[in-house]
Amino acid sequence: MKLRFACLISGILLAALPLAYAQDGRMSLPTTVEAGSAFSIQSSGSGKAVLYIVGPGQVLKRDVQLGETASFPTGSLYNAGHYLAILVAGSSTDNGWFDVAPASKPANLSFLARPSRLSIGLHNGISGTLYIFDVYHNLITKPTPVSFKLSIPSGAVQQRTVTANLGEATTEMDSGTKEGFAKFEAQVDGVSSTRVVEQVPGNPCGLKMSAQPAGNRIHLQTSPVRDCSGNAVPDGTIVTFTENYNGTQSTADVPLKQGIAQVELPAHPGATITVASGVVLGNEIHWQK
Amino acid sequence: MAASITAATAIFIAIGTLYPGKSALEYSGGKNLLRTSSTPQAAVENLGDEIRLRAWKAAYSSLANKAEFTQADFVHDLTGYYLSLRTYATLESFQVRPLHASSNQAEVRLRMHWSSVVGPFTTTRDLHVVRNGDRWNADWPLVKKTVVPPQVIPENYLRWDVIYRGAGDDWGVQDVEAPHVRIVDMHPVQRAEGVVVLGELLNEDVVPAYVSVRATLLSKSGSTISTEGSFDKISHILLPKQVTPFFINFPNATLSDVGSIRMEPLSTLVSASAGPVIAIENERLNPAPGATVTGQLVNQGGRVVNIAHILETLYDKTGQVVWVADQYTDHALLPQTPIPFTIHIPEDLAKKISSERTITETYSVRGVN
Repeated sequence: MKLRFACLISGILLAALPLAYAQDGRMSLPTTVEAGSAFSIQSSGSGKAVLYIVGPGQVLKRDVQLGETASFPTGSLYNAGHYLAILVAGSSTDNGWFDVAPASKPANLSFLARPSRLSIGLHNGISGTLYIFDVYHNLITKPTPVSFKLSIPSGAVQQRTVTANLGEATTEMDSGTKEGFAKFEAQVDGVSSTRVVEQVPGNPCGLKMSAQPAGNRIHLQTSPVRDCSGNAVPDGTIVTFTENYNGTQSTADVPLKQGIAQVELPAHPGATITVASGVVLGNEIHWQK
Repeated sequence: MAASITAATAIFIAIGTLYPGKSALEYSGGKNLLRTSSTPQAAVENLGDEIRLRAWKAAYSSLANKAEFTQADFVHDLTGYYLSLRTYATLESFQVRPLHASSNQAEVRLRMHWSSVVGPFTTTRDLHVVRNGDRWNADWPLVKKTVVPPQVIPENYLRWDVIYRGAGDDWGVQDVEAPHVRIVDMHPVQRAEGVVVLGELLNEDVVPAYVSVRATLLSKSGSTISTEGSFDKISHILLPKQVTPFFINFPNATLSDVGSIRMEPLSTLVSASAGPVIAIENERLNPAPGATVTGQLVNQGGRVVNIAHILETLYDKTGQVVWVADQYTDHALLPQTPIPFTIHIPEDLAKKISSERTITETYSVRGVN
C-alpha cells in the first residue's frame, strides 16, 4: 500500500516536472533593436512556451522552445517604439521591455518649404523644415546633419548646414533680387528632397506715365512697370489713373498688359492726373492742351 | 370640432370669392381694379398698375404714342435691352405726381420703385398725357436702345487659373500659396444703428484673390461682444495691387463698450480675369442737402457688362475713411457708352468728406450677349 502511494506521488511529481521548469523560464531581451533588422531573444528553462511581442501597431506571436534562441528575421519589427515581450509557459509568465529604434539610414524626407511664393528681397523670408524618416517611415530622432541649399534664379546659392534635433531640422533663407523660381533642396546622407519657391517682383518702383491727346480725350500710358530691382511687374497688376479737374474726378483701375497700363480719360485743360499702384504713387501730370 | 372647422373654411372661401380683396383681384388679372382714365393722374396710375402686373399688352395699348415704337421696345425700355438687374426686378410701388395740366394735356411724373435681388432702385419718367375724348392717354418717353457704332475692340484678357495640390500628394508637398492681403486702413464709427467698422484692404500679391474681412468687437475685459464679416460693401475679387473698401456692420453695438477690435483679413486663390476696364468719369461730390456722389461709368472693353457694383470710399481731410457707400447699376454697360450713377451719402457725414475713390466690380453673363 505504501509502495503504491509512493509511486503515485512520484508519478505526479515527474509529470509536473516540465511544468515546474517552464515556470522558471526566463528570457534575455536586447535593450534596443534597430527597426527592420534581425534580432533574437534567448530564453532559459525547458519545455514549450509562447512568446508575445506587443508594440506600436504590431503584435508578434511565436512558439518557442525554452532554453533555445528565438530568432526573428529582417523586417519582423519595423515600427519604432517601446515593445513588451511576454513569455508564457503554462501558468508562468516572464515579461520585459525593449525598444525598437528607427533605422540609422534616412530613406524618406518630408520637406516643408514656406511660402511657395514670396516677394524678392525678403530677409529670412523662406523657411524650410525637414523631417527625416527611415525606410519604414519612423522619424529618425538621433542628431543628423542636414544640408539646405537654395539656388535662386540669379545663380547665387545659399547654403546652410543644420543638425536635426529629434528628427526635425529648420532653416531660413533670404529671397533673392531676381524674380523666378528658386530651387530649395534639403539633403541628408545622400537622400534629398526639392521644393520650388516662386520669387515674384516687389512693388512698382519709379512708376511713370505719359499723356497724349486722343481727340477729346487723353491717352495715358505708363512706361514699362518694374520693381526697384528691375524686375518686370507681372501683367494683371492694377494701376490706378486719377484725373482731377475743377471738382470732378475721373478714375480707372487698369491691369498691366505686356508690362504697361493704358487708358483714355476725358481731356480737360488744367486737369491734374496722377498714377498709382497699390500703395505706390507715380508721377503727376498737369494737362494744359 | 372637425365639422365646425370645415364649415368655417367653406364660409371664408365663399366670402373671399364673392368679395375678393384688392390684391387678390390684381393678381387674378381682374381689370375692374383699374380706374377710368378720366384724369391725367388716373391714366398714369393705370399705366403704373399695368407695368406692376407686367400686363405689357394692356399698358402698351393704353399709350397715346404707341405708333412710334413696338410693344417689344416698350417692354425692353422697362426691363432692359440687355440682361441686367432690371430684367428680373419687379415694380414694388409707384408714385404719380402731376407737374402741369391744361384742358387737353398734362405733364405727370411717374416715380417707380423697383425691387431687385440686391435691393431696391428707383426710376423716374416724366410723361406727357393727352386728352382723347373723355379719356386720357400717356405718351411713353421711350429711351431708345443705345447703338454702339460698328467697330472692332481688341481684347487680350488676362486670366489666372489655379491648380491645387492633389488629395494623394505626400504630406509636405507644397500647395499654392494663398494670396497675401493687408488691411491698410481701419476705422470704427458709431452710428445710430450700431457700430460700423470701415477700412481698406490691399492685395499685395501678384495673383488675384477672393477676399473677405471679419471683425470681432472685444470688450474692455477682453471678452467677445460680436463677430461680423464684410458682406456686400466690398469687392470680393481683388486683382494684384488692387484696393477695396470694406464695411462691417454691428447692429445694436455701442462703441464705448468696445475695448479693441480683432481684424481678420481672409483670402483664397481664385480663378479670375483682368477685365474689362471700367472708367469712372466726371465724378463729383455734391454737398448736403441731398449729398451724393454722381458720375458716369464707361465700359472701355468690348463686351457688355450686365451688372456693375460701384463701391465708393469717402475720406476726410486727413485721408481717413469716413464712409463706404455702394450702388448697383440697373442698366447693362455697353462698350464705350457712359452710364450715369448717383450714390447717396449720409447727410451728417457729408461735411466731413473731402475726397472719394470709386471702384467697380462687374458681372458678365456668358452666352447672353
